[in-house]
This record gives sequence, C-alpha cells and structure tokens, in this order.
Amino acid sequence: MRISVIWYCFKQGLKNICRNIWFSLASVATVSACVFLFCLFFSIITNIQFMVKNMESTVGITVLFEENLSETDILALGAAIGGRNEVKDMIYISAEEAWDSFQKDYFAGREELAEGFAQDNPLAGSASYEIHLYDISAQDTLVAWMQGLEGVRQVNYSSTVVAGFAGFNRMMGLLSLVMTGVLLLVAMFLISNTISVAAAFRKQESQIMRLVGATNFMIRAPFVVEGVLIGMIGAGIPLAGIYVLYSRSVAYLMERFPILSGIFTFLPVEEIYPIMAAVAMCLGGGIGFFGSHFTIRKYMKV
Amino acid sequence: MIEILDVCKAYGTGNRVLRDINITIRDGEFVFIMGRSGSGKTTLLRLLIKEEEPSSGEIIVNGIELQRMRRRQIPRYRRNFGIVFQDFRLLMDRNVFENVAFAQRVVGASSRGIRESVPEMLKLVGLSSKYKSLPQHLSGGEQQRVAIARALVNKPEILLADEPTGNLDHQNAAGIMDLLWDINRMGTTVVVVTHSQEIVDQMGGRVITLDRGRMISDEIRDGYEDED
Repeated sequence: MRISVIWYCFKQGLKNICRNIWFSLASVATVSACVFLFCLFFSIITNIQFMVKNMESTVGITVLFEENLSETDILALGAAIGGRNEVKDMIYISAEEAWDSFQKDYFAGREELAEGFAQDNPLAGSASYEIHLYDISAQDTLVAWMQGLEGVRQVNYSSTVVAGFAGFNRMMGLLSLVMTGVLLLVAMFLISNTISVAAAFRKQESQIMRLVGATNFMIRAPFVVEGVLIGMIGAGIPLAGIYVLYSRSVAYLMERFPILSGIFTFLPVEEIYPIMAAVAMCLGGGIGFFGSHFTIRKYMKV
Repeated sequence: MIEILDVCKAYGTGNRVLRDINITIRDGEFVFIMGRSGSGKTTLLRLLIKEEEPSSGEIIVNGIELQRMRRRQIPRYRRNFGIVFQDFRLLMDRNVFENVAFAQRVVGASSRGIRESVPEMLKLVGLSSKYKSLPQHLSGGEQQRVAIARALVNKPEILLADEPTGNLDHQNAAGIMDLLWDINRMGTTVVVVTHSQEIVDQMGGRVITLDRGRMISDEIRDGYEDED
C-alpha cells in the first residue's frame, strides 16, 4: 500500500473528527472514563497481588509440637509437611536455636540476665517449623490439615490478613470487570454514533468513491481511522493523569502514614506503568476500531 | 464492448422497470439512450455499473459476465467507467483541482501521477485557469466540466452520462455535448442518457429509445450539426 494512501486515510479520519467535534469530544470523554477506571482498578489489583506475593515470602506459618515429642518424631512430621504441594520452603528451628534467637532479641546488651538459664532452656519443647507457601490462598487448607496431625500442638498463622486480601482482591476484580464492561459498552455506542454521523455527512463523497471504483477498504478506512484516533486520544488523556495521580498518591500515603510502609509495599510507577499504558492503549484503540468497523460495515456496502 | 442480452429488471412483486432489453454497444461508439422519466434509462446505467442486479438476462462488458463477478472484483470493474450525473455531485469544500484529483486519490494513484494527469484533464475540459476555484464559484456548465474531468481522469474506456445537460441552459448544454463528442473522438465509448428530444435531434447519431421499460427503437439519426 502506498504511503500516500495511508496518509490520505489518516487525514480524512482527522477531518472527520474535526467536522463532528462535539460528538468526537463526547466519545473521547467516555473512552477516557472507561480507561481511567480500568487504570485505577488495574493499579489497585496489581498492587494487592504484589503485596500478597510479598506476604507469601514473608508471612509464614509456624508449627509447634507437643513437648514430649522427640526430635526424630518432629523431623518425621516435618518431612510429611514438606511433602505437601502447597509448601514452598520450610525451616526447622530447634529449641536451642529458638532460645538463642530469643536471647539475642530480648537480652541484647544485658546478656548476664540470660545466664541464669544457662543450664535450663526455658524454651525446651519449642522446636518448630516456619513454613512459606507458593500461594497464600492455600493457607487455610494446609493449616487445617496440620492441625489434624497427631503431635502438633499449635499452628500460628495470620488468617485475617490473608483472607481479607484475597477477598478484597476478588471483589475488586469483579467490580472492575463490571464497571469497565459497562463503560466499554457506552463508549462503543457513542463511537458508533459518532461514526454514523460522520458517515451521513460524507454520504455523497462515499457514493462518488464507490462509483469511481474505490475499494471497500478505501471507503471505510477514514472512518476506522477516526474511531481508532478517538479511542487512542481517549486512552492517552487518563494515562497521563494516572501517571501523576499514582506517583503522588503513593508518595502521599508513605509520607502521611509511615506506619503503612512497614506493612505494605507499593509497586513503583516505572514498573506498573508500561504494562498499564500498553493495555490501556490497546483497550482504547480496540474500542475505537470495533465500534467504527462494525458501524461502517453496516452503512457502506458495495 | 457492452452486450445487454434479454435483460429484465423488476422491483418487489411485478413492478417491472426493464423488459427484454437487448443492446450491443461497440468500442468507441457514441450512443444516446432516450426516453421519458420512468422509462428505465437510469436503471439500465445502474445495471451496467453493477449497482443493481438484473432480475433475468445477461450483461457482458469487455468480455466480463457481470453475474459471475465476485463482490470484491466490483471496485476494479467500475474503474472501466467514468460517470457523469445531472446534479454534478462535486465536493463543495474542495477546489476544482482537488475534485478531479479525488477520483485518483481514492483508487490509490501516486501523487506524481495526480500532479500530471489532473492538469491534463482540466486542459481538456477548458478549465485550466480555474483549478483553484471552489465549485460554488463556477457556472453550471463549468461544474459539469469539472465532473467530466473527474470522470475521465482515471482513463476509463466507457463514459456514462446520466442527463448531463439536465441542469444547464441551452448554450452550456451545447458546450457539454460538444465536449462529449470530442471525448468520443479520442476513442472513449460514450453513453448519454437523456430525455431531451432537442439534444438528440441536434446531435444525431445512434439513438436507443426506451418506453415503459421496453426498447422501442434503435436507430441512427442525422443531427442538425451533420446537416450544417
């Protein structure tokens, strides 16, 4: 295809936008709203997933055993736990190691206080396993299974945080899907309307094109270009806004609520933005393409 | 060559617009298709450019059987024709040059080709000096000349003119008909649809007359110009 043909289609698409500027602006605004919501939910969901992933490597399950259980039995139980598919890695902490760690944490600088326990480990019988999972959502299943094991005295885990995050993430995913879907339909409808108006405006031109032997592609291309441009512009505006909004929001949260920084880690904008921008541009362009393509097919037949 | 064989065209149930039409037009001919409003002249043109399908019969243009033609082949087929309308159908927001160039741009002609052939066409129709003018600043005759230039710029083999003088005064009409004769003398087949007895009497040549969808005559007439 000649460059002049591509340029012609592009120019005519731009002209169409300018001719029906108010319709075009309404379509751009709807696409913008749709893409903005998408980006917002995308940021939230991606960050929650990132936090959950972090938790999977930092938040562990601690399994404590009956005091009268021998180390051989504990190791045998450990082998059974380690054989489960959910388990990513596990560390055995013997009673001695537990006491050493406790001493370091609580008697730092006053080691003489711990000397009274030199011959008598107060944490005898506190051998444990610290377990990390591949997928934190499998935690409940594994905990229930371990609690049923004979010789297991106690299983410590953070059920509320995990359940809360998993549930919140699911809810956000669903909500974003519904809202983006509704806005997507509205945007498609508006683009379709805009293209219909443009087609009516250029009816005579299209008739002449048909009669001089222009191909369907050539007749339809300016309208599809118009739709895609509206979609891309509609996606570009919220993307610029979301970049600023995201960076400032994260900085604000970390500055205003420093306690959060110990609990949550947000993805840096440089990491989340390229994927979000690519998906959003495809979404905007896609809405424009399909909205215009199907409308113009209906209006223009050889 | 155009061959129209036993062609009938009906809309809905029984509204027969054309009945058993048989016409052969050889390359390079100048033919008038004459008849009153509603006689089926324009429908015949629409069948030729495959805007409509005949209900029965066969149309063959330059050896191509139109009924067997695939949809995607239609645009290329239509490039065999240049078409001129009574109402000119010019793009009012573009100047004369752009109106003529439009026909080339939309079939993917190169910019260089456009720069060469548009001035050539404007010279042929006598509008070289008005290439920058907008259509609304031209007379009816000049607008029709622009439409003819646009119809010819892609070098079609056949020029179809549907009531080309219908909106023009006598003097401009005569000028347009002279131009169509000149174009025919350069080798282009010209088919002019008209209801104007005056034009036909003046120009003469081959005249096919339709009446209520039937072809009632196909004759060679002498024109006033021939008598001169």
